[in-house]
Amino acid sequence: MASLGPEAKAGEMPPDSPFVRGAEAGPELSEETMVINLGPQHPSTHGVLRVRLTLDGERVVDAEPVIGYLHTGFEKTAESLTWQQANTVTDRLDYLSPMSNNLAYVLAVEKLMNLEVPKRAQYIRVLFAELTRIASHLVWLGTHVMDLGAMSLFFYTMREREVLLDIIEATTGVRMNPSYFRVGGLAYDLPDGFHEKVRDFLKEFPRWMKMYRNLFEDNPLILERLQGVAVVSREQCYAYSVTGPILRATGVARDLRKDEPYSSYEEFEFEVPTRTEGDALARFWVRVEEMYESHKIMEQALEKITPHGPYTTSDRKVALPPRDEIYGNMEALIHQFKLVTEGFSVPRGEVYQAVEGPRGEMGYYLVSDGGPRPYRWRARTPSFYNLQTLPLMCRDGLVADVITTIGSIDIMLGDVDK
Amino acid sequence: MSADPEILDRLETRFPGAITRVEAVDQPTCLIPKDAVRAVALYLRDEEGYRMCIDVAGVDYHPDRPRFEVVYHLYHPERRARLRVKCRVGEEEEVASVTPIWPGADWPEREAYDLLGIRFAGHPNLTRIYMPDDWEGHPLRKDYPLRGTRID
Amino acid sequence: MALSDEQKEMERSILLTSVEKMARWAQKSSLWPATFGLACCAIEMMSVTNSRYDLARFGSEVFRASPRQADLMIVAGRVTQKMAPVLRTIWEQMPEPKWVISMGACASSGGVFDNYAIIQGVDHIVPVDVYVPGCPPNPEALMYGILKLQEKIAQGLPPKYKELEARMVREAQGA
Repeated sequence: MASLGPEAKAGEMPPDSPFVRGAEAGPELSEETMVINLGPQHPSTHGVLRVRLTLDGERVVDAEPVIGYLHTGFEKTAESLTWQQANTVTDRLDYLSPMSNNLAYVLAVEKLMNLEVPKRAQYIRVLFAELTRIASHLVWLGTHVMDLGAMSLFFYTMREREVLLDIIEATTGVRMNPSYFRVGGLAYDLPDGFHEKVRDFLKEFPRWMKMYRNLFEDNPLILERLQGVAVVSREQCYAYSVTGPILRATGVARDLRKDEPYSSYEEFEFEVPTRTEGDALARFWVRVEEMYESHKIMEQALEKITPHGPYTTSDRKVALPPRDEIYGNMEALIHQFKLVTEGFSVPRGEVYQAVEGPRGEMGYYLVSDGGPRPYRWRARTPSFYNLQTLPLMCRDGLVADVITTIGSIDIMLGDVDK
Repeated sequence: MSADPEILDRLETRFPGAITRVEAVDQPTCLIPKDAVRAVALYLRDEEGYRMCIDVAGVDYHPDRPRFEVVYHLYHPERRARLRVKCRVGEEEEVASVTPIWPGADWPEREAYDLLGIRFAGHPNLTRIYMPDDWEGHPLRKDYPLRGTRID
Repeated sequence: MALSDEQKEMERSILLTSVEKMARWAQKSSLWPATFGLACCAIEMMSVTNSRYDLARFGSEVFRASPRQADLMIVAGRVTQKMAPVLRTIWEQMPEPKWVISMGACASSGGVFDNYAIIQGVDHIVPVDVYVPGCPPNPEALMYGILKLQEKIAQGLPPKYKELEARMVREAQGA
């Protein structure tokens, strides 16, 4: 660390001090840099991210992410499972928004099989995809603001996330990793009282958001720490394959729900929030506004979902027959036996299908050799690509802003490390 | 269905004889020889405007030869069009890295090197990304056991 | 015989116990976990400290970022081959006595990921006191695991690593 010059009086910061933000502190001030290891066990890296920081005083010369501490071998495992079973590992990629991962995967398989899914199932998928987007953004909001030093918002967002998890639990039986979407439709029908539960949430949500906004909207401490920090340009985003809120914060309205509508998104009305500054504050507002849009979509989806109706395809080669049919019908029994023991086959070919997840483009590239298992199961996870911009965003900033930057990229380590 | 359906025609005009069309259900797809990767990538980025490399994936077709297939998923931000370009590469061969063309291909290429052992010539830092540095073998290969080489 | 006022006051304010029991009570009521969130389970571990579940009722809400200040490690998530040495180092840095809770299927047995990358059970790396099943376990399940650990401490049973040490000594003497 560069020492204060002899001419500097006590208590006064010399103008060329490295503590002065930005480029005023020239590199000629000191030749020596310091390498600091941040992580893999660090409270602010949101998991097991390790960043090799090269510092010149308080100024960041380089920040190199070192990943792989959570490399789980998803692709290899999925290639050993049947097409339907491989759905369960998609949950665990980005565990804050499991339904988005499910959706991308089942859509990819359905596209390859040219399978028609009932409209009602598509609307339920939309509703849950947006529900998990809100849940994921709530965790992001709480932890991101906590990284900036504001503890209280975290308790509020986590409390309200429980309401969303209750809806998921009532429907699927588990709070996280539900694997609710299946190839062909859904795993089971909605429970009784589902509409009331969701309606209660939709009514409460704007009130929550108002309370959150009271906490951060005019809070100079938060705005000061986000404004002008971790800036990327639009061309940099393109070059580094960055998608999602980071790209939208540079003024590009790229949203796959609009550009390449899937699961009947074309029937819903919503805006794509964008900002032009490309800094952490712009991303912050893009995500906050996205939550309102998700709320809007959920309201429309709930209107469209009838309490009763088909929830999965009637193609018995793909979806399990209903229980009562199995006991009375020989053919149903055979279908059930075949599906459970060896699964269904997918025609030979390749497919890429992406959805707009909370963090960006979540896509799957699948290759089928015509058998009951995927030949190649490749997940294109958004955080993996978005994290590549970390050195770009951190360079010439301050050490304190590294944490802000990691939070504003909104990484999910399960997503990065696959 | 694609926003840029004539892209394969233009590629064929520009690189006569090098483009093999592949039938795919979702987007225009073509197979190119591995020596053409750099030229095609530069053309697609600079003249066509495919400025985003959405994904680089490796596929192991063991025991077929050449063994691997490298799959590039490209994206045109203005036309909102997608394109898939593939090339086959053998186990002992190298394919030109596209990281100098699309910096976002850096990590996925390292991943393909780490998990499959595909070598990319001209990559700035071709080291293991997921597995520990002293790991032996490439886990995603079809002849690598799922449970690895560990002894329980 | 009626107690004098002085005697009554004594009855009220003096508690007789052994130092050991007292220390155990203090230990069990203030287990400070090290933040060791790895994957999905870490999110449920976060939930358990929050208002609905409120782990503070059991004295364990103080998640410490430094292993030097923690006496409980909750391994929340899948442990990879690359992470295992880091995990061991952090465990070794914790002051004694220390306990380990293996949270979730992946940490306990590898879970669905029976593959090259994942350690099939964190007990290959560190001695585990309590296993909590689930994928991921509910916050209630984790809370139950912590209460079980508190019971174990209150009973005066040694931490798992002490137990293993003692067994190794016994075996060496017997051999």
